[in-house]
Amino acid sequence: MTLTVVAWTVAGWLVLVGALGIVRSRDLVHTVVALSVAQSGTYVLLIAAGFQRGATVPILGAGGAGSSPVVDPLVQAMVLTDIVVSATVTALLLALTIQIAKRHGTVDPDELRALRG
Amino acid sequence: MSRLRLVLFGLGAVGLAVLWVVATTGLPPVGTDVHPYRDAAVAAAAAHATANVVSSINFDQRTFDTLGEETILLASVVAVTTLLRPADDERVEPPDPPPAVLPATRLAGWALLPVTLLVGADVVLHGHLTPGGGFQGGVVLATALHLLYLAGSFPALQWVRPTRWAPLLEPAGSGLFVVVGLAGLVVGAGFTAEFLPPGVLGAPLSSGTVLLLNVVAGVGVGAAVVSLLGQFLRQEIVIGPGAAP
Repeated sequence: MTLTVVAWTVAGWLVLVGALGIVRSRDLVHTVVALSVAQSGTYVLLIAAGFQRGATVPILGAGGAGSSPVVDPLVQAMVLTDIVVSATVTALLLALTIQIAKRHGTVDPDELRALRG
Repeated sequence: MSRLRLVLFGLGAVGLAVLWVVATTGLPPVGTDVHPYRDAAVAAAAAHATANVVSSINFDQRTFDTLGEETILLASVVAVTTLLRPADDERVEPPDPPPAVLPATRLAGWALLPVTLLVGADVVLHGHLTPGGGFQGGVVLATALHLLYLAGSFPALQWVRPTRWAPLLEPAGSGLFVVVGLAGLVVGAGFTAEFLPPGVLGAPLSSGTVLLLNVVAGVGVGAAVVSLLGQFLRQEIVIGPGAAP
C-alpha cells in the first residue's frame, strides 16, 4: 500500500514540478531541462506499473531458467523508447534555443515578443 | 503577467492533481503478481530463443514501433543539422588552439577510448542475451569518440570522428532496419516479422533477427549521436559571427 502511494505520488509530482519549471522559466535552456524532468515522471509511472515484489530481471535463464517470476519487460521497453524520444526532442529544442539566442540576442522567453523573419 | 500565469498554472495543477488521485486510486497496487503483458511477452521471447525479453519486445514483438523510433531519431538529426548550419552572416573559422588540459586528463581520455569502444560493441552485440541493445550500445560508442574532446584534442576528434560518413551512416542504419523488415515480407513471414532461425536460448548467435536489428540500430544510433554532438560542437568551436554585412 505504502509503495503504491509513493510510486504514483512521485510520478505525478515529477510531472507537475516539471510543468511548474516550464511556467516559471526565465531561460530557454532551463525550460528544456524542466521538460525532461516532467517527462521522467512517465518513467517512474511505467516502471512502477511493471514492478512485482521479489521478481527478478526480465532476462531468461538469469534467475534459474524461468522458475522465478520476472518484472514486466513491456514497460521497460516503453521507457527505453521514451528515453530515446526524450533525448532527440531535447537535442532539437536546444538547437532551436541556439538559433533564438543568435537571432534575438536573448534566451528569456518573456523577452521574446515579436516575430522576426 | 507572471502572477497571472502562476495562478493559471496553480488552477491547472490542482485540477490535474485531483484527476491523478482519482485515476491512480483505481489502479491495482504496485508489486502485485498480475502482469498479463509480462506473461505474454516472456512466452513470445522464449518461443524465439531471445534471452533478453526487453530486446525481444523492441526488436521482435514491436519491431514496427521501433522503426518509428528510428525515424524520429533520423528526423531529429536532419532538423538539428538544418537549424545549426552556418547562416549567411556567419563563417567557419579554424578552431582556436584548445585550452591546456592536465596530462592526466589527456591520458585518461586516450586510455579510455578503446575500453569504451569495446564496452559499446559488447553492449550492442550481446543486446539479445544481457541487458543492453542497439540503442544503449550506440550511445556508448558515440560517447567513446567524444572522450577525445574531453582530452582536449578537438583536431584528433575531427580526424577520428567519421564526419564524412556519420551523416550517411545514420540514414543507412534506418534504411537497413527497413530492409530487414522487408526481408521478412519477401520470405513470407510478414513485414518486420522474425524470419531467421532462432537458435538455442542463450547462445551468442541466437534470437534470429533481434541480433541483426540490434547491430543495425547500434550503427544508426551511434552515427546519430555523433552527428548531433558534432553539430553542437561545431557551432561552439568553428562557427563565428562573420564581418558585418
